[in-house]
Amino acid sequence: MSAVADTHAQAHHHGPASGITRWLFTTNHKDIGTMYLVFSFTMFLLGGTMAMVIRAELFQPGLQIVQPEFFNQMTTMHGLIMVFGAVMPAFVGLANWMLPLMIGAPDMALPRMNNWSFWLLPCAFLILVSTLFMSGGAPNFGWTFYAPLSTTYGPPSTTFFIFAVHIMGISSIMGAINVIATILNLRAPGMTLMKMPLFVWTWLITAFLLIAVMPVLAGVVTMMLMDINFGTSFFDASGGGDPVLFQHVFWFFGHPEVYIMILPAFGAVSHIIPAFSRKRLFGYASMVYAVGAIALLSFIVWAHHMFTVGVPIAGQLFFMYATMLIAVPTGVKVFNWVATMFRGSLTFEAPMLFAVAFVILFTIGGFSGLMLAIAPADFQYHDTYFVVAHFHYVLVPGAIFGIFASAYFWLPKWTGHMYDETLAKTHFWLSFIGMNLAFFPMHFLGLAGMPRRIPDYALQFADFNMVSSIGAFMFGATQLLFLAIVIKCVRGGEKAAAKPWEGAEGLEWTVPSPAPYHTFATPPEVK
Amino acid sequence: MPRTPDKHAPRSNLRVVSWCLAGTLGMFAFGFAMVPLYDVFCDITGINGKTGGRYEASATEERDENRTVTVQFIAQNGPEMPWHFRPVTRSIVVHPGEPTTVNFYAENPTGQAMVAQAVPSLAPAEGTLYFHKTECFCFNQQPLEAGESTEMPLIFIVDRDLPKHITKLTLSYTLYDQTRAGKVSKAVSDPKTTTDNG
Repeated sequence: MSAVADTHAQAHHHGPASGITRWLFTTNHKDIGTMYLVFSFTMFLLGGTMAMVIRAELFQPGLQIVQPEFFNQMTTMHGLIMVFGAVMPAFVGLANWMLPLMIGAPDMALPRMNNWSFWLLPCAFLILVSTLFMSGGAPNFGWTFYAPLSTTYGPPSTTFFIFAVHIMGISSIMGAINVIATILNLRAPGMTLMKMPLFVWTWLITAFLLIAVMPVLAGVVTMMLMDINFGTSFFDASGGGDPVLFQHVFWFFGHPEVYIMILPAFGAVSHIIPAFSRKRLFGYASMVYAVGAIALLSFIVWAHHMFTVGVPIAGQLFFMYATMLIAVPTGVKVFNWVATMFRGSLTFEAPMLFAVAFVILFTIGGFSGLMLAIAPADFQYHDTYFVVAHFHYVLVPGAIFGIFASAYFWLPKWTGHMYDETLAKTHFWLSFIGMNLAFFPMHFLGLAGMPRRIPDYALQFADFNMVSSIGAFMFGATQLLFLAIVIKCVRGGEKAAAKPWEGAEGLEWTVPSPAPYHTFATPPEVK
Repeated sequence: MPRTPDKHAPRSNLRVVSWCLAGTLGMFAFGFAMVPLYDVFCDITGINGKTGGRYEASATEERDENRTVTVQFIAQNGPEMPWHFRPVTRSIVVHPGEPTTVNFYAENPTGQAMVAQAVPSLAPAEGTLYFHKTECFCFNQQPLEAGESTEMPLIFIVDRDLPKHITKLTLSYTLYDQTRAGKVSKAVSDPKTTTDNG
C-alpha cells in the first residue's frame, strides 16, 4: 500500500506517468503543448493532402481526377482544417510550452482545463473529418460557409460541421482563458507588463481577440443550426431574414480571426530576429503598442470582405480607409524587425532563415492586402485567385513559417538535442522555393480573371496553374522532411546547451535542455 | 477579507476566469444582438433595399410636375415556387409625389390551395427611403385556390425628396411558398406605419 503511494508520489513529483494515461490525464503544460503541436502537425498533413488533391486537379484544364462536388469538399475542408486544426492549435501548443517558461511560472494557471481544452480538439476534428464519409459528402460551401449555400443548399452533414465548430470554439475559448489567467497571475516577481517577452504580449492580445470573436462564430453557426433544423429565418429571405446579415456576423468574427492566426507569429519572430542578430529588439514598446493597435483596428474593418455585396459608398470609404490604417502599425513592426537586423552580427541558422523569409513574404502578402482594400479595385479582384494568393502569402510564409521558425528555435529546449542544421536548411529552401512557385503565379491568374473555388478553368490559365501545382507538390512533399528532422532530433543528436543560441534572451534559456518536467517551482526574480 | 492592493498578492484565478466567461457570454449575446441591430440599421438607412411598411400619404403632398422618375417592376419566384407571377405593368413613368397604382398578376397552376408571401427589394438601395407604399400585396400573405388567379395591387408614391441623380428605380418582388411553413414573418406581414418620412 505504502509502496503504491510512494510510486505515485514519485511519479507526481519527479516525472511523468507512464503509458497512455500520461497523455490522457496529463495536466503538465509541456505534455499538453507537445500534444497540441503533434495534433497540429497531423492536421497540417491532412489539410495539406487535400491541398494536393486541389492542385492535382488544377494541374491541367478539364476534369481529370475528381468531380466538382468532391473538389468543393476539398477546398472547404482544406480551409477549415488548416485554420482551425493546424494554425490555431500550433500556436496554442507553442503557448503551452513557452508561456510558463518565459514568465517563470511552474505551469499554466488552470491545468485541468488545459487538458480538457486539448482533448476536445481531436473530438471536434473527428466529427468534422467524418463528414467526408457521410451520404451527401462533407461541407462543400467554402470555409466561409456563406448562407444560403450552407443553410438552404448545404449537404445533410452541415449539422455535424456546426457541432464540430462549436466544440473547437469551446476549446479555443478555454485555451484563451487559460492564457490570460496564466499571464495575469503567474508572472515571476519583478516581471512587469512592459518587461514581458513579446511572444507573451502577442499571445495575451490574441487571447483577448479569441474571447471576443469565437463566441460570435459560435453564435453564427447556432443561427445556421436553427435555420436548418428549427425553422427560423435568420438568413432566409422568405421568412424576413437576410443572407447579407450572415456575412456581417461571419466577418465580424472572420477578420479578427486572421490576426489571431498571425499575432503569435509576430511575437515569436520578435524573439528569433534579435537572437540571430545579436542585438536587442529595436523598439520594444512600439512593438507592443502596434500589436494592440492592430487588434483594435481588426474589429472595424470586416466589411472589406463584402464590398461587392452592395455596401453604400460611405461604408465603402470607411472600411477602405480603416483597412489601410492597419498598414501603419504593421509597418511599424516590419521596420522594427529590419532595424533590429541593421548592423547586427547576423547568422542564418534555420530559425533565422524562416524568420527573415517571414518578414519579406508576409510584407508581400500585406501589400496585396492593401491592393484588395481599395474598394473600387476590389470589384475586379473579388473572388479571384488574387485573393487566394493574398491570403496564402500571409498565412503560409506568415503563420506557418512563423511556426517553423519557432519550432527550430525551441526544439533544442524541448528535446535536449540540436536538430540537423543541414536538413533544416534544406527544408527551408525547398519550402521557400515551393511556396513561392505555388502562390506567386496565383497573383497573375487572379488579375487575369481566374475565379477561385473552381475545378476547371479556361485554357489561357493553363501554364501558370501547372507551375503553381508543381510548386505546391514541392512544398507539400518537403513537409515530410520536417517530420523526419523532428523525429531525428527527438531521438538523438548533438547535446543542446541550456542556451543553444548565443544571442537568445529570456527565462526559458535559464532552465536546462531538455526542459525538466517541472520548472520554476520557485519563481525566478526578474530585475 | 477585503483585497489589499498589495502587488505581491496573487490575483485570484477565479476572478480572471469569471471576467473572461462574462466576456464570452457577452460576445455570444452580441452575436445574436447583431440580428435586431442590423434590422434597425437597415430600416434607418434603407441600405438593404427592403422597402418599409404601409405609408400614410399626407394631404399636403403635391406632385412635382418638373420631374419624372421611371419605375420598373420585376417579379420572380423563390425556390420551388410553381406560381405564375409577373407585373402587369413592367415600367411606368411617374412624377414624384403622385400616387400610382400598378398590378401584379399571380396564378396558382397547381392542383392544391397555396399561400404565398412576396418580399420586396429596391435598387438602387439609396432610393429605398424615398419609395413609399400606401397599399401593397406584400403586406399580407396571398392565398390562392387550385387554378385560381388574381391581380394584386400596389399603390406607391415616389418621394419628392428623392435625390436628384436617381432617375430610375427598380422594384423587385420575390414570391415565396408559405403553404407548409405556416410561419408569419415579422418583417413583412406586420406592416409598420411610417409617417415620419413625408
